[in-house]
Amino acid sequence: MSFEQVVFILVAAGTLGAALLVVTTRNLIHAALWLIAALFGVAILFVFLNAGFFGVVQIVIYIGAIAILMIFAIMLTRQISSEKSARFNKNWLWAFFISIIFFAGIAYILSLWPEFGTTKPILSAEIDPVKQLGVALVSPQAYLLAFELASVLLLAALIGAVIIAWEQR
Amino acid sequence: MPWNGHREITLQVNKADGNFSSAFCVLFRLNALRKFTGKKEYRTGEVPGENMTDPITWIANWLETILEGIGLPVGIMVLILTVLGVLIVVIFVLAIDIFLVWMERKVVARFQDRLGPNRVGPYGLIQPIADVIKLIIKEDTTPKGADVLIYNIAPVIALASVLIIWAVIPFTPTLVGAEVNIGVLFIVAFGGIGTLAIIMAGWSSNNKYALLGAFRTVAQVISYEIPMVIALLIPVIFAGTMSIQGIVNSQELWNIVIAPVAAAILLVSSIAEIGRTPFDLLEAESEIVAGFHIEYSGMKFGLFYAGELLHALTIGALFSTLFLGGWRGPFVEQIPVLGIFYLFGKAFLVYFLIMWIRYSLPRIRIDHMLNFNWKFLTPLALIALMVTAILDKLLTDFSNITYAVIMLVVNLVLIWAVIMVLRIYASGERKKVGELKPTANADAVLSTFGKDVSSAQETSGAST
Repeated sequence: MSFEQVVFILVAAGTLGAALLVVTTRNLIHAALWLIAALFGVAILFVFLNAGFFGVVQIVIYIGAIAILMIFAIMLTRQISSEKSARFNKNWLWAFFISIIFFAGIAYILSLWPEFGTTKPILSAEIDPVKQLGVALVSPQAYLLAFELASVLLLAALIGAVIIAWEQR
Repeated sequence: MPWNGHREITLQVNKADGNFSSAFCVLFRLNALRKFTGKKEYRTGEVPGENMTDPITWIANWLETILEGIGLPVGIMVLILTVLGVLIVVIFVLAIDIFLVWMERKVVARFQDRLGPNRVGPYGLIQPIADVIKLIIKEDTTPKGADVLIYNIAPVIALASVLIIWAVIPFTPTLVGAEVNIGVLFIVAFGGIGTLAIIMAGWSSNNKYALLGAFRTVAQVISYEIPMVIALLIPVIFAGTMSIQGIVNSQELWNIVIAPVAAAILLVSSIAEIGRTPFDLLEAESEIVAGFHIEYSGMKFGLFYAGELLHALTIGALFSTLFLGGWRGPFVEQIPVLGIFYLFGKAFLVYFLIMWIRYSLPRIRIDHMLNFNWKFLTPLALIALMVTAILDKLLTDFSNITYAVIMLVVNLVLIWAVIMVLRIYASGERKKVGELKPTANADAVLSTFGKDVSSAQETSGAST
């Protein structure tokens, strides 16, 4: 087993363990911090896939913005961080089965994909993945429409937030 | 071993090392000093007598040959060299950090017309060592009801999130911790981790003032991150890459000359990011005692303090890397090791500027702080970014000199427009402030608000 494999297994196990603790911890702040640990693990996995850009974006957006906002919301909510209510309701068995079926279905569909399990060739050093991504996002042959739609959607959400928060209407 | 064979092995190591150290950076949150990132022209050993001009690369290559001679596998050799490099950078930076304590105290003393530490050692130079010993032997307290694990881990994260930024700062043309193609984003990402440490400290201390400090941090640091990120994009536009070494290499002319507006925005938002006066609301002594680190004592407080001082120097190094040419200076192409001195010279200059601002300005009010960010800094940064991006595309065919002159002129026009807008705004504000204030007159209040105050008036009428 090579060194990289050892690190990969440790990181993957840590990510899964942290993800499990997110849903089982009673203290909400602890759950949010475990979520950050899990997201950090995912970022390391991105780095392992030679996708450093996605790894760093994962940290910027998920840890730097979303997780911190979640912690902020939890801290502003009174008494919620020591909730003593039940963790499961009576439907937990149904939820368990449905999630198992969904997971199996996704795994099965992925295994049908012809390139499943094949190793991709390593990118040559001359190709800058960040540049490729940038070009793809603004080229009409690739993702221009999706990119613009997403930005219009975010702009609409931004304007909506301003209107909701506006006092003198 | 023949020379060609040696070259082949180093290239292999080079490749393996790339994967390893980028994984290491994220994994162990430490700096990876990568030995083999230097361009081939700079590789020592090819030209005899070059070992004095670039000693660190030379030592790295020398160690590499020794380890090879023992017969270690390439993976373990890279691991040893990487860990060694990480240790060297961390120790170097932390040693400077101790010196920063002395410098900060000495400079603030001069600004306040005092002498500062001058009893322990010449010019008080050994004073920081005494400070450190005092911090270490102090009692380590944990408040009742604190969340012990989070409480203890927060100061470590606070210092580590600053240290890790040094992984991507190039010291010389040949010496950079991790040459990653997303360096600028990397810095932004670990700034966010620093915020997280402050929130963890504020929440886990089980103290109202600490929690208030953490709230203020979120409001301030996250808002000021926006103009900072936009300002960081402008050097990226000039260089065409997010790699920090690439940005330094592109600065034939310092970026501050062609983008003074972006430089100013970056400096201001960085000062807000490190929470120094005039933006020190997160630890405002007169309002919330000491903010997020109120409960920390001894070396745990020391870690926050060291992290804050080092963050200021890190901002200095970043600012000089992005806008003042980083390691660039006379003769640096011939003698790469000079780059370290140039980089730190510029970084300390910016650090002095930050201290100057800190000890000259009063703290601003929290609503002014937010207004300044959202109504002034962010729009200005967006305008500067759009103008720069459009001009950059329009001016691709022009020579470098025309490009620089037009950029500078446009920036000066932008500054003039901003001053004009501010002047109009300020005269409006002055008029508002200069108006006669309504005096506390019961009839006037009643005629303005009518029934709303009638009940209030009844109660107050009893007293008058």
